[in-house]
Amino acid sequence: MKIAVASGKGGTGKTLVSTNLFSVLKDSAFLDCDVEEPNGHIFLKPNETKIIPVDVKTPVVDEAKCSHCGKCAQVCNFNAILSAKQKVLVFPELCHSCGSCSYFCPENAISEQSREIGNIKVDTNKHIYTGRLNIGEPMAPPVIKLLKNCITKNYKDIVLDAPPGTSCPVVETIAGVDYVVLVTEATPFGLNDLKLAVEVVKKTNIPVGVVVNKTFEEETLIAKYCESENIPVLLNIPHDNWIASEYSKGNLITSNEEYKNMFIKLREDIQNDLKGRSLC
Amino acid sequence: MLSKVEVKQITVISGKGGTGKTTITAALAHLAQNTVFADCDVDAADLHILLKPSIQETYSFLAGQSYQIDNTKCTDCGKCRDLCRYDAISSEHVIDPIACEGCGLCYNLCPDVITETNKEAGKYFISKTYFEAMMVHAKLNIAEDNSGKLVSMVRKKAREIAIKNNNEYILLDGPPGTGCPVNAAIVGVNLALVVTEPTLSGIHDLERILAVAKHFGITSAVVINKFDINEENTALIEEICKKQNINCLEKIPYDKIMVESLIAEQSIISFAPEHLISKLIKNIWEQIK
Repeated sequence: MKIAVASGKGGTGKTLVSTNLFSVLKDSAFLDCDVEEPNGHIFLKPNETKIIPVDVKTPVVDEAKCSHCGKCAQVCNFNAILSAKQKVLVFPELCHSCGSCSYFCPENAISEQSREIGNIKVDTNKHIYTGRLNIGEPMAPPVIKLLKNCITKNYKDIVLDAPPGTSCPVVETIAGVDYVVLVTEATPFGLNDLKLAVEVVKKTNIPVGVVVNKTFEEETLIAKYCESENIPVLLNIPHDNWIASEYSKGNLITSNEEYKNMFIKLREDIQNDLKGRSLC
Repeated sequence: MLSKVEVKQITVISGKGGTGKTTITAALAHLAQNTVFADCDVDAADLHILLKPSIQETYSFLAGQSYQIDNTKCTDCGKCRDLCRYDAISSEHVIDPIACEGCGLCYNLCPDVITETNKEAGKYFISKTYFEAMMVHAKLNIAEDNSGKLVSMVRKKAREIAIKNNNEYILLDGPPGTGCPVNAAIVGVNLALVVTEPTLSGIHDLERILAVAKHFGITSAVVINKFDINEENTALIEEICKKQNINCLEKIPYDKIMVESLIAEQSIISFAPEHLISKLIKNIWEQIK
């Protein structure tokens, strides 16, 4: 089963949940799709032996063939190519690699060249895949797309650590997964961003459950909302200074038997939630 | 670019989410006089929860195009589907709005069959905070891209207001990450105030965000939030700052009162004005203003 762990708001404990969940699974893979700020490796400590570059295609103009007709700039919806009188200028960071300019160039003057925007590092023994977007690069989705396509083996489970937010990198991450776990915290910020994240997941029709992190006493803020939306609360992780301390050191919390069982149960509860849905 | 009016712009960023960016921005907002506020976290905005803006003007954010195939005219040649690099066109000639990046290749190929529509990708608002300061904020539609463009729009509006009203500062709450909305939120500002926490994830992301700021030639200053949850890591952060010649302005201790003020939907400055953390944040504002 492919399980994406996402959140809307950053810093709610996405990586805490995804890495610890992964640590109790067998025959499974971990994909760090938070390619702008990947943190899973801090806790899973992979020995990355394989590096796969992420290349995107950007246009190269053969000035000898170019008639400066301006067609390329006219068909580019991203303003990534500008046709001046003497020269054609390309802005690689704006290019979405759609291929319009080269396809429509009447002189066949545009070819495409690969440009590296990030990479994927793999621990082939522990099955940990980490995507990284290079500093200064704006577009995360191509890295996430390739990262997901890297998986060729049949794993029992795949855990995907999603980036925060509600825009294209999140959508790219959760596309095609079987279940989304949304991690939130019991504050007005957490609730506000959880609502946004639920909207995103609803657009995809993927089943969703919630984990509330750092709960004090009886948690009702998030529970009430989830009840009204008919979303199961899979787990409340208590506020615990020991967790905060272990997390700050880059340690997993499944070294504690109680927490280990909590994540084993989380996996079972996801399974049960899916079963319950298929019966309806 | 003809005239440069002096408005000092400060963006609060963090790289890692949840380090306290917005709570600190909101606290600073209660100290800053003569300032326009801008929430640049356009896909999960939270600043409004603490500043409680009343909306004065709403604008539609038009960005990108959407495309539809007219099935009555389509000859099913399959060319648009073959050429679409985003696999957005189904065999039933339906364009998936989420997969579609809006490049328009299909439309340029087949303009008689495919129609193009300008898309509303979100909204942005000019508002007054509950304490009567101007604020610009936005809402990107769910699952949209173009968040960088919307951030630029928010910043443009904030600047127009600041110039018109002769404001001294623009204080911006930045998004997490290092990608396009972050780039858009820090380009050309006077200072990136980086809020970090002494966790290994916090440090990892701090180093990346400092590199991004450097890449764009922006001066950074650092605030360590919850510094006492791991003092060894705090020392490490101070060392990183020292090495890179970056001012580490303040260390804020972990205190449950921050969560309590958040649950009360108040900034720490109004919730507990005499608390140590309020004093520390006042000290930060004195140093950066």
